[in-house]
Amino acid sequence: MSISLAIECEGITKRYPQFQLQDVNLSFEQGTVMGLVGPNGSGKSTLLRIVMGLIGPDSGAIKVLGHSMPKDQLAAKRKIGFVAEDMRLYESETIAFHMNFVKSIFASWDDEYAKTLLRRFDLNKEQKVKGMSHGQRVKATLLLALARRPNLLVFDEPTTGLDPVVRKEVLDEMMSSLADETHSILFSSHNTLDVEQISDYITFIYDGRIIESRNKEDFMDGWRRLRLTNMNNNPLPNLSNIKEIQQSGRLCTLTINNYDNSIAEQFTNAGLQVNNVERLTLEEIFLGNVLSAKANNIKDSAL
Amino acid sequence: MKYHFIFSQTDTRPMYQQIMEQITQRVAVGDWPPGSPLPSIRELATETKVSIITIKRAYLELEREGVIATQQGKGSWVSESLDLNLLQKEELIQHLQQVGKLAKSLAIPENELLQMIKKYI
Repeated sequence: MSISLAIECEGITKRYPQFQLQDVNLSFEQGTVMGLVGPNGSGKSTLLRIVMGLIGPDSGAIKVLGHSMPKDQLAAKRKIGFVAEDMRLYESETIAFHMNFVKSIFASWDDEYAKTLLRRFDLNKEQKVKGMSHGQRVKATLLLALARRPNLLVFDEPTTGLDPVVRKEVLDEMMSSLADETHSILFSSHNTLDVEQISDYITFIYDGRIIESRNKEDFMDGWRRLRLTNMNNNPLPNLSNIKEIQQSGRLCTLTINNYDNSIAEQFTNAGLQVNNVERLTLEEIFLGNVLSAKANNIKDSAL
Repeated sequence: MKYHFIFSQTDTRPMYQQIMEQITQRVAVGDWPPGSPLPSIRELATETKVSIITIKRAYLELEREGVIATQQGKGSWVSESLDLNLLQKEELIQHLQQVGKLAKSLAIPENELLQMIKKYI
C-alpha cells in the first residue's frame, strides 16, 4: 500500500428503528482533513461513533489508521483524539485535574504543547469546569485531545455554538495540529464556511447515505449556476448534469454538477443565450443537494 | 516565519485564486525576488489556516503560469526567468476582464466604455 489511509470504511450499514446508515464508503489518506457535511439527523454522528469503535456496524468493514474497528480499537484509540459535544468533564474538578488524568493514561501526552494550548486558548488550568462557558469547555476538551498528539483527530461539530473569536481559535489550532504528514482530521459540521476553509476532502451525507465524497477543489469546481435567456422558449437540452431548473418567463437559472465548458456550448447550440456562469459556495451546493435529494426522495440517485 | 496572507470574505473568487494573487503580489513588488524559496505547501496551509489541497492547487496554477517552479523533493521557488513586467501586465489584464464583465452586465456600449477608460490614461 503506497498511501496510508487515515480511515477506510467499506459498505457500512447500521439499522435503527427510525434511521439507517446505508452502504457507507468513506476513505481519505493520512495528512489530510475530511469534512463531513449534512443536515441534522443525517447520520454524521453515528458514522463518527462507528469510526471510533463506540458503535459496531451491522455489516461492512472499517479500518482506522490501519487498525480494524471495533476489533483493534484499543490499539487504534491510543492514536485517536475524539471530541464530541456531549463529552462530559467532571464539573467539580479543574482543567489541571483533567490534564493529569489524561496524561496518566496516554504516554504520548506532551506537557509543553499542553502549556502552549492553555496560553493560546486563554484558559486557566486551576479553574473548575463548573464555572466555564461553552466556548471554554470546547477549548478544554480540544486541549485534552490535542496534547496527546493524536495521529487522527475526530471532532463532532467543533464550532457549533461558538462565538467568532473562539471559532477562529479552534479552527486555527486544528490546522496547526496538521504540521506534518502523519496527522489527519475527520470532522463534522453544519458550518459550511468552516468546512470549505480547512477541508481537503468533503463528504455530503443525507438520510444515512453518502451523496458525494471527493476532494474539495474538484467538488467546488464541479458545481455551477447558469443564467440563461430563453427568448423562443426552446426546449432545454436533456442533461443528467442539471440538478435544478428555475424558470421565470424568458429567464432560466440552472444548477449544474460536473460542469465543463462544453455544457455552456450545448445551451448556446440549443438556441439559448448564456448570460452568466457562476460558481457556488458550499452552502449553496449543500442546500441544492438537500433540496433535490428531498424532491427525489433519494431513489438511489447517484449524482 | 509569518506570511501575513489576508483574505477577504467579500471576495467571491475561489480561495486558490486569492492565494495566487497574494503570492504574485509579493513577487511583483519584489518582496519575494526570483529564485527565493516559497514556504512548503503544508507550512503555508497551517500558517494561513487554508486547506492543503487549496494551497497545492494555487502552487500548481502558479507553476503553469510560470511564476514559480517546483521540483519534487526540493520544494518551490520563485521562477528565475520571471519577467516582472509581464507579471504586472497579466494583473492588468485580469482587472480589464473584470471591467469587461461589469460593463456587459450594466449594458454599457463599447465606445462609451473606451471613453471611460481614456479618462484615466
